[in-house]
Amino acid sequence: MYRYDEFDAKFVKERVAQFRDQVERRLAGELTEDEFKPLRLMNGLYLQLHAYMLRIAVPYGTLNSRQMRMLAHIARKYDKGYGHFTTRTNMQFHWIKLVDVPDILEDLASVEMHCIQTSGNCIRNVTADHFAGATDEEIEDPRPLCEIIRQWSSLHPEFVFLARKFKIAVGATPHDRAALLWHDMPVEIVKNEAGEVGYRVYAGGGMGRTPYIALLMKDFVKREDILAYLEAVLRVYNQDSRRDNIHKQRIKILVNAIGQEEMQRRVEREFEEIKASGSLQLPQEELDRIRAYFAPPKFETLDDEMPVGSYDFENWKKTNVHKHRAPGYAIATISLKAIGQTPGDISHVQMDALADLMDQFGIDEIRVSHEQNLVLPHARKRDLPAIFARLQKLDLATPNSGLITDIIACPGLDYCDLANARSIPIAKDIAKRFENLDRQHDIGELKIKISGCINACGHHHAGHIGILGVDKKGVEYYQILLGGSGAEDASVGNIMGPGFSAHDIGPAVERVVDTYVKLRQSGERFLDTYRRVGMEPFKNMAYLEQMYAAH
Amino acid sequence: MAATPALQVLTANRLRDGAVVYWQAGVWADEFKDADVFNDKAAADAALAAAMVFVKDRVVVNPYLFAVREEAGQIRAIEQREIIRGAGPSVRRDLGKQAKPSMEAFDVSI
Amino acid sequence: MPLIKDGAFVQDAFVTVADDAALPDGAAIVSLARFQKDREALLARNAPLGIQLKAPENPELLGEDVQRFSVIVLEFPVFRDGRAFSWARMLRERLKFTGEIRGTGHFLYDQIAYMKRVGFDAWNVAEGFRLEQFHRALTEITNVYQPSADGKKTIRELRATPRP
Repeated sequence: MYRYDEFDAKFVKERVAQFRDQVERRLAGELTEDEFKPLRLMNGLYLQLHAYMLRIAVPYGTLNSRQMRMLAHIARKYDKGYGHFTTRTNMQFHWIKLVDVPDILEDLASVEMHCIQTSGNCIRNVTADHFAGATDEEIEDPRPLCEIIRQWSSLHPEFVFLARKFKIAVGATPHDRAALLWHDMPVEIVKNEAGEVGYRVYAGGGMGRTPYIALLMKDFVKREDILAYLEAVLRVYNQDSRRDNIHKQRIKILVNAIGQEEMQRRVEREFEEIKASGSLQLPQEELDRIRAYFAPPKFETLDDEMPVGSYDFENWKKTNVHKHRAPGYAIATISLKAIGQTPGDISHVQMDALADLMDQFGIDEIRVSHEQNLVLPHARKRDLPAIFARLQKLDLATPNSGLITDIIACPGLDYCDLANARSIPIAKDIAKRFENLDRQHDIGELKIKISGCINACGHHHAGHIGILGVDKKGVEYYQILLGGSGAEDASVGNIMGPGFSAHDIGPAVERVVDTYVKLRQSGERFLDTYRRVGMEPFKNMAYLEQMYAAH
Repeated sequence: MAATPALQVLTANRLRDGAVVYWQAGVWADEFKDADVFNDKAAADAALAAAMVFVKDRVVVNPYLFAVREEAGQIRAIEQREIIRGAGPSVRRDLGKQAKPSMEAFDVSI
Repeated sequence: MPLIKDGAFVQDAFVTVADDAALPDGAAIVSLARFQKDREALLARNAPLGIQLKAPENPELLGEDVQRFSVIVLEFPVFRDGRAFSWARMLRERLKFTGEIRGTGHFLYDQIAYMKRVGFDAWNVAEGFRLEQFHRALTEITNVYQPSADGKKTIRELRATPRP
């Protein structure tokens, strides 16, 4: 993975000193809260319901064991012993004190981590497939480009005060695991007819009040031109986006307001000029230099046989172990979705133990997925039983990757100042209802995603079943959406109808799932059945109780 | 515009650590049970105005009034958001203000 | 309003003229609306001319006239409105404007370094703003990752430079 050189190290060090100074100025009254807020946001610091929340960048979801230990240390020293992985693969701590943040940033800098641009109206963390570098499906590892984009976007003087946040993801596989088309600017690594590797760039994806799937901007951008093209898109966005209505300031609004063609035309104009200036050309040597950091570990020549083990291990293998490009290796998903626990939360004990596990089994990296799970990208097949046993002791071995209890949920009203309703208790309730593993396997792939407000941090628009918490006269209600997808078949979920109370949402979801089981044809996932039969049958069943009650 | 609620409490977050605090006779209390309850709009507005001094002095941020009601002799927050701010996350009863022995537990189950 | 240019407080040689006010004899800054209304008269004057653009006003609206201005003032209606960063860059890089680009309105001390990088070279600051704050703002982050209008060497270029 990427290693800081003296320039990167100095950059974060100076950033820490800058923020320390900003905090001092705030506490001394030289900055009002209104002036301080954008500054703290650009270091990932929110004021939430109970305390400050600090969002730590995990670039393209990649951590080493040293960094994992530091996160455990921060959880212990500055927080209440646990953290939360987000749908942008970052780490959040919910009980932070403002006065501690400069020290926390200093601790993070010591392990090459930071909180730069994890919030605010700027370019955010660049995300990618959590199987990057390990899957045999990819054209190439997307993370070198992610790192190049990360550096280019860090404190980019032109783009630090955009109209709204700006999220970039890089994809490299036909099967999209990074919700690519839901991003403001998706970048897809592709091969053209001549076999050249280049980039297909989209713009205008986004969730929130008005969800959109990204539209194609350019089918093939040459490797050397990619930064020039990305800068062109950002420039058009910065210049032309509305600034009068906070709900209409994402790039998705601009693209859909002026139309795909006009957007392409404006971008192309900037692109030609930036290219001609030569200042942003990406030479092959630079790409190769960054690529070298991401060279895979030296894979040993190993027996490719998958070990057989206990009943629990076999169950876990079914869902949580995935094919690796190297014989004798496997990719293993570590579920942070234990039944009845908060999705995505992890304790300091678990973090330290995972760091130990990585070291013991010679796995250099761990990944964070946007689905709030962790991934061991390069596990030796022969080590899997021992790894599993260790995970089991840590309550990290729930065999539910991709199943209905593998729920995405934002922190919601239990933590978040923006929320209208709680999401975590709903996730826990639903997980408990579907706990039975046989039933989960019978249901198959069914992605439930829960957001506590329209900001959609829980990705409810992209859920096969999405749940949106709303506030109805001070009472929490939950709307169901069906048919969303965050994969390569990206689609926006459709709202079913009036919301359900907290008490009724679990049973309603059960009725929806039962409807699928009843109507499905051979081989159909929930999403496929929904796409075939439409909303009507699900809607009828979901509201059945209400219908009976009304009579 | 909604009518002024009958009963109100004044709250803010402490600047230095983000903790939830409640106005209690010109100082900031940690616990909801110690908060002044205003049954009079003028008194509530006066307290809010007085609270702004603490904003200027960098003690708290964003003071505001919220509605409460009396229920069986107890003052309770009405909105779920304020119930949770006063107690802690409903999903981690071992954390936040609710974890202190002196705090009464609020029913925030679904 | 105090004006910083070339790292020091300077006297503003220009008078900023309201849309309905009479023009002074000397150097004057007018709004885009005023310029569009009185273009001939303004360009005919034998005195330096400046123009003040609001955040939504794209400098390309000035057309070929852009080179006629000695100073172009870019407004920040709120610090959150970052359009001026792109306008300044456009002025320097596309329009090859070599006059003064002055920032005015609501910008933060912490934005000064970014403003310099995109091509601003003068700043209207609040009363009481200390010069040492200005110099500090420019030194907080030593190196930069991306090229901009200031031509400052990027970290990538520094990396390629052989070190002693």
